[in-house]
Amino acid sequence: MGRLRTITRRTLLIGSAAIVGGVAIGYWRYKTPYKNPLLEDLDDGEAALTPYVRIDADGITVIAPRAEMGQGVSTTLAALVAEELDVALEDINVEHGPASKAYFNGVVLEEGLPGIATTNEEWLARNLRSFTHVPAKFLGLQITGGSSSIPDGYVKMRTAGAAARHALVAAAAERLGVDRDSLRTENGYVIAGDGTSLAYTELAEAAAEVDLPSEPELKDPSEWKLLGRSQQRVDVVGKSTGTAEFGVDVRLPNMLYATVRMNPRLGGAMNGHDASRAESMTGVERIIPFDDGIAVVATNTWYALQAAQAVECDWGDAPYPATSDEMLESVRNSFDREFEDSRFRDDGDVETALIEADIVEAEYSVPFLAHATMEPMNAVAWYRDGKLDVWAGSQLPTQVYTLADEILGLDEEDVEVHVPYMGGGFGRRAEFDFIAQAIRIAEVMEGTPVKLTWSREEDMTHDFYRPAAMARFRGAVADGVPVACDLELATLSVLESQMGRIGIPMMGPDVSIVQAAWDQPYTIENYRVTGYRTPAMLPVSSWRAVGASQNGFFHECMLDELAHAAGADPVEMRVQMMNHEPSREVLMAVAEMADWGAPLPEGHGRGVAFVMSFGVPTAEIVEVADTGNGLKIVKVWAAVDVGVALDRRNLEAQVQSGVNFGLAAAMMSEVTVREGVVEQTNFHNYNSIRINQAPPIEVRVLENGSRIRGIGEPGLPPAAPALVNAIFAATGERIRELPLSKHVRFA
Amino acid sequence: MQIVVNGETHEVSVDPAMPLLWVLRDELGITGTKFGCGIAMCGACTVHIDGRPMRSCSLPVGAVTGEVTTIEGLGTSEAMHAVQEAWVENQVAQCGYCQSGQIMSAASLLSRNPEPTDDDIDIAMSGNVCRCGTYPRIRAAIHSAATKLREGSG
Repeated sequence: MGRLRTITRRTLLIGSAAIVGGVAIGYWRYKTPYKNPLLEDLDDGEAALTPYVRIDADGITVIAPRAEMGQGVSTTLAALVAEELDVALEDINVEHGPASKAYFNGVVLEEGLPGIATTNEEWLARNLRSFTHVPAKFLGLQITGGSSSIPDGYVKMRTAGAAARHALVAAAAERLGVDRDSLRTENGYVIAGDGTSLAYTELAEAAAEVDLPSEPELKDPSEWKLLGRSQQRVDVVGKSTGTAEFGVDVRLPNMLYATVRMNPRLGGAMNGHDASRAESMTGVERIIPFDDGIAVVATNTWYALQAAQAVECDWGDAPYPATSDEMLESVRNSFDREFEDSRFRDDGDVETALIEADIVEAEYSVPFLAHATMEPMNAVAWYRDGKLDVWAGSQLPTQVYTLADEILGLDEEDVEVHVPYMGGGFGRRAEFDFIAQAIRIAEVMEGTPVKLTWSREEDMTHDFYRPAAMARFRGAVADGVPVACDLELATLSVLESQMGRIGIPMMGPDVSIVQAAWDQPYTIENYRVTGYRTPAMLPVSSWRAVGASQNGFFHECMLDELAHAAGADPVEMRVQMMNHEPSREVLMAVAEMADWGAPLPEGHGRGVAFVMSFGVPTAEIVEVADTGNGLKIVKVWAAVDVGVALDRRNLEAQVQSGVNFGLAAAMMSEVTVREGVVEQTNFHNYNSIRINQAPPIEVRVLENGSRIRGIGEPGLPPAAPALVNAIFAATGERIRELPLSKHVRFA
Repeated sequence: MQIVVNGETHEVSVDPAMPLLWVLRDELGITGTKFGCGIAMCGACTVHIDGRPMRSCSLPVGAVTGEVTTIEGLGTSEAMHAVQEAWVENQVAQCGYCQSGQIMSAASLLSRNPEPTDDDIDIAMSGNVCRCGTYPRIRAAIHSAATKLREGSG
């Protein structure tokens, strides 16, 4: 099993190579459905009509099998099922459900195809995208990421609702001895022509015997009652009354509490330790040494936190340079043929075009960043009688089976994974270090449930960071538009780092190095984007919007510089360059919302940026004011196109969230390293935007795109460049390095 | 020692240096109050002591002399406080982890200042971090809760 899983994991991460893996396994298996995981745990009187719908005498439960980490996905996924099932959201329970391959994400690999731009609708591009569904299905990756939950669930969840409804109607027809076409459904009941109504709850057992149609007819969008209308989030009351259960809130009988203290030189070993003082401290039950740190198990988390600090540890060296300055130097040194990773865009002849021209050129850089989720990493594990239960906020919960196999040698059927609400994820909860630690602790503490909670300091200094990155560009303009543009991007590979953690070598290019730079819907006669892969240093991972988080900044500040050099209006210039109608529409929409071009008060300035990421064209305008006492962000306008807007109120929230996350990082966030140790430890030295600095954010959602898209990430990338371009407009100062707090003061 | 939480008296035997947060969460099982930073920098652990907002992560339980109110004591899903109602109506929460603390800070602000300006909100709420960036809705919810409370509908 270990080897099969290894292939599985490798195939996921390689992107394009995954297609080969999937096809080799055989297309016939693609058509075979996974078994319904709900069937394993049914009690008497319960029926699971599909993997997404469970009905018993007490009510209807819809499984929304994606990480709910704030994005509202559990509500919208449930609404997709409820729409076709004809039930009201307030009348059903919504659960994450078990970890299972049946809940694979079918589209997550779509956007990672090397050299296939998201706007490319040609036959080959469409086919390559649909081929990625095969390995995605075979791999059975229950993953939340890449803003893919809604694109993946859009048809699948409605189909599940419609299939369940079909079965309920069939069961009612048989019971009543009438033709099924004479029956209709409404609010959880099947209703006959004579007014007889049968509750779904009383039909469920009979319905479970009905063969489900694989492609039931779906409602026409004009018939939708829930979709397209804003819903009250299913978690909003719990999250406003302190009753929503996060991983850190799980409580079990006789549970003990643990924390860890791992080598702050990430990846370094622990050469030795002395726990004698800690062992005698109040509440301490056990101190467990690992290869690279210690865990303390105690009767209260605080006792564990205190004792962990009292253990004397001899830490081994880090496998990377001692300082972040040296790391940035290494990024700079990777602008070299030797490190070239990709060149997916090479239009015209950039070199020739730049020979005779007046060249505009600049160098940009961004720092490492931490995820800093509000809920520190935590997990509960309970190992007894050869069985393991794990409660963990995870964006890829099926991976817990792999960990249980590796650590305890358990088969999947002896492991139960429970996925509670997550206090933020942003990519951090796609990693497994904290879950592996909890399982190792559970192994030593066999029989006793143990909750592992990290300190904020442990969380901040043991992240898998957004990589530091640099960009260089040379460009030339004529007649108000760029005519040549050579953009070079260098950074560490997120993919390589992720694969290195599971001991697999990297193959092929890492698309995230050039994401949201090579694939933008602009036409420039001579246009080249080259990615360089900096050798691995600090461990890095997916951080909200991934490569687009830095490349949007690089690309859109570059265009602002070129617009300035061309004497062009930055909105008009982009409109002129755009070759994708929905993108042009969002740019014009945001300009209209902000009344772009209207006179501004003295000391105010506006900047614009457009970034297409995860298939969502997103345009933002930021207005700043020089208050004399620092810069203030006065307002932000944002326009996005998601193809189909299922819930505008939630879409607005996600765009506002992305904007604030992007602004916070641009304004003040930076992870630095000294003597191999991350220097930022808590919110006092890794601050975040707070309410006094957070601007009003006006959002418009358009539906011109060809496919439905997810919105967890796309709001983020344009925020930093729009802000930086606004500062230039207000002050004349062109800042090319983040965070901005190194150069300007914010009020 | 004894502490009063949400009107109920509890006997706890822990190190008096233990912060109130960990008494609430691990000893009493009252988990609506969240651990965010441990150094009073993020506000996730905000509770009221005799009506005043306090960061329970940095307050030794031995130093607690007043009555403690947590989010669970402010209101329940069946009988919400006006601030909680406004939070639901404005659909503030995203991940929701910081919102217990945000709501406790907001309720305290409104008990002192029934008609806060945006500047008043900035001052009272800037100790509470929200990484999801729900600030526009937090601001709107505080204004609507203020209206509710003034009109006596909350």
